[in-house]
Amino acid sequence: MPRSTAPGRVAPTATATAGAAPVRRRRTPRVPYLLLIPTVAILLLALAYPIGWQIYTALHEYGLKQQFGAPAEFVGLHNFVRLFTDSELWTVIVRSLVFCLVNALLTVVLGVAVALLMRAVHTAVRLFVQIAMLLAWAMPVVAAVTVWRWLFDYRRGAINYVLTQLGFDQFEGHSWLEQPMSFFFVATVIIVWMSVPFVAFSVYAGLTQVPEEVLEASAIDGASPWQRFWSIILPMVRPVLSIVLLLQVIWDLRVFAQIRLLQDAGGTPSKTNLLGTYIYQVGIGAGDFGTASAVSIFVLVLTIAISWWYVRTLVREDES
Amino acid sequence: MSHVAAAERVAATTPAVARPGSRRRSPGRRTARWVLGIVGVVVGLVWIFPVYWMVSSSLLPNVRLTSGAPEFFPTGASLKNYRSVLDTGTFVPALRMSLAVTFLTIVVTLAFAFLAALAISRYRFKGRRSFVLAVLFIQMLPAEGLFIAQYKLIGSLNLLNTVIGVSIVYVAAVVPFTVWMLRGFVAGVPAELEEAAMVDGLSRTKAFLRITFPLLAPGLVASGVYAFLQAWNEFTVALVVLQSDDAKTLPLWLRQFVQVSASKDIDWGQVMAASSLIAVPVIVFFLFVQGRMTSGLVSGAVKG
Repeated sequence: MPRSTAPGRVAPTATATAGAAPVRRRRTPRVPYLLLIPTVAILLLALAYPIGWQIYTALHEYGLKQQFGAPAEFVGLHNFVRLFTDSELWTVIVRSLVFCLVNALLTVVLGVAVALLMRAVHTAVRLFVQIAMLLAWAMPVVAAVTVWRWLFDYRRGAINYVLTQLGFDQFEGHSWLEQPMSFFFVATVIIVWMSVPFVAFSVYAGLTQVPEEVLEASAIDGASPWQRFWSIILPMVRPVLSIVLLLQVIWDLRVFAQIRLLQDAGGTPSKTNLLGTYIYQVGIGAGDFGTASAVSIFVLVLTIAISWWYVRTLVREDES
Repeated sequence: MSHVAAAERVAATTPAVARPGSRRRSPGRRTARWVLGIVGVVVGLVWIFPVYWMVSSSLLPNVRLTSGAPEFFPTGASLKNYRSVLDTGTFVPALRMSLAVTFLTIVVTLAFAFLAALAISRYRFKGRRSFVLAVLFIQMLPAEGLFIAQYKLIGSLNLLNTVIGVSIVYVAAVVPFTVWMLRGFVAGVPAELEEAAMVDGLSRTKAFLRITFPLLAPGLVASGVYAFLQAWNEFTVALVVLQSDDAKTLPLWLRQFVQVSASKDIDWGQVMAASSLIAVPVIVFFLFVQGRMTSGLVSGAVKG
């Protein structure tokens, strides 16, 4: 899909920069194409073909009957229309978008706070924070969700215990996963915990580029810490920040494992489905590949739309 | 993409920069520093606690975990839980499966991506820019928007529940970013180095093998680590493509272990031991490679 949109937009700049790129000319122009064959072949097989299949399937009635040999009937955009008319599906879409934005913003805000903290504290404290962040970062997602499930366990979980000790008696035996809102709270805690390290390290790397002299000069001129953050630090780390925010939005939009595993632990799937788990339930669970494909394509298009800017930035960096 | 793998991206895109020098201190600032230091320690504790809790719980018998107040220090720790987990006899097959899938993914990805990186960084050809753009877009595509069709594809190839089937999907998922990453490394080895070696009498192949290839080693290691973390931790595609019990990778194995345990009054000690078995090797590996990721081997090779 991206293949078809890309060349038209970039062709003029490609010729403009041709002279500048550090590339050798060879007499046999066939070599680079040969080198690309394996990569292109596997991408065509495992990505392009499935995308094509999904587009085809989304335009057809493709449910259980078709699995058993009935011909798939062409239904045009019917499956896509359902995206916006079927109330259950519509709820899933809105829920996913809200969940994604809340998580991405929370992660970035906390990540920036941790990065600023790492810059402000003594080296020993900074190392401790960095190691803690690295450990959380390195946890495989299934293990992470399992640990958090243990921490949030209604009977013996450490979190209920501490809350009860602090005097919040209503948390004795409180089941966190039963209510959708508190289910998503737990999911948010897990996702933010896992994602903040990436943001913190990226922004911290960006912060080290802010020249100390500028900050000192502004301090001498009487700028408050808040002013310094807002008008010096923030503009300087803006490129890093926007990339990180964008990646978080994309990753949180496609969140699957955490939700699926928490549903195992006791969430009601129909009330806690996000796009990923919904596709799984409708496609793999119920065998309605038509609807599942339409939702998948919706996710893909949304992702491509959001990544467009990111890809452009990367390409520009590559050329400079 | 998992967040673990994202580490690779940072390592690959942001250069490690030395910390700025010390700053002047006034008494007011010193108190502020103390307060911030305490906040820092608290933040660190919050982030490290779940990992600590996993290991600590894995060392205690379930009776002690589920009766009375939680014990925040595992006195009288033992490895019995690990023994019970290994005794179920399901871990080793899953480990073997994970190793096979990961190994195949790494080898194939590196081979394919290296060739492609060579093409786009050493040659100018028609369609090069479109290829780079396509690669960048493809690496953003979520598995969650593709797994239905990939399930159908692997099914029609008769490769469900096989190492090859799941590896095909993994290679396709990992190769785009690996190409992008290696491209940077290949471009970082100046063609002049190779040409200088050829002037000195080496053949083109020898110049490549002796000069360029060793300089690419850090790049290959970094890309290999990226592929490893992806294939080792992947959950979504594995869940769909590997539904049979005797073809489970480690993440699926852990999920099943938890489910089986939960069906008969969950044994948290064993579940945490199982989680640690998966997590600790990755964490150790991760900490180990983190420092080696950004290697300055190439910088300074050509100067003046």
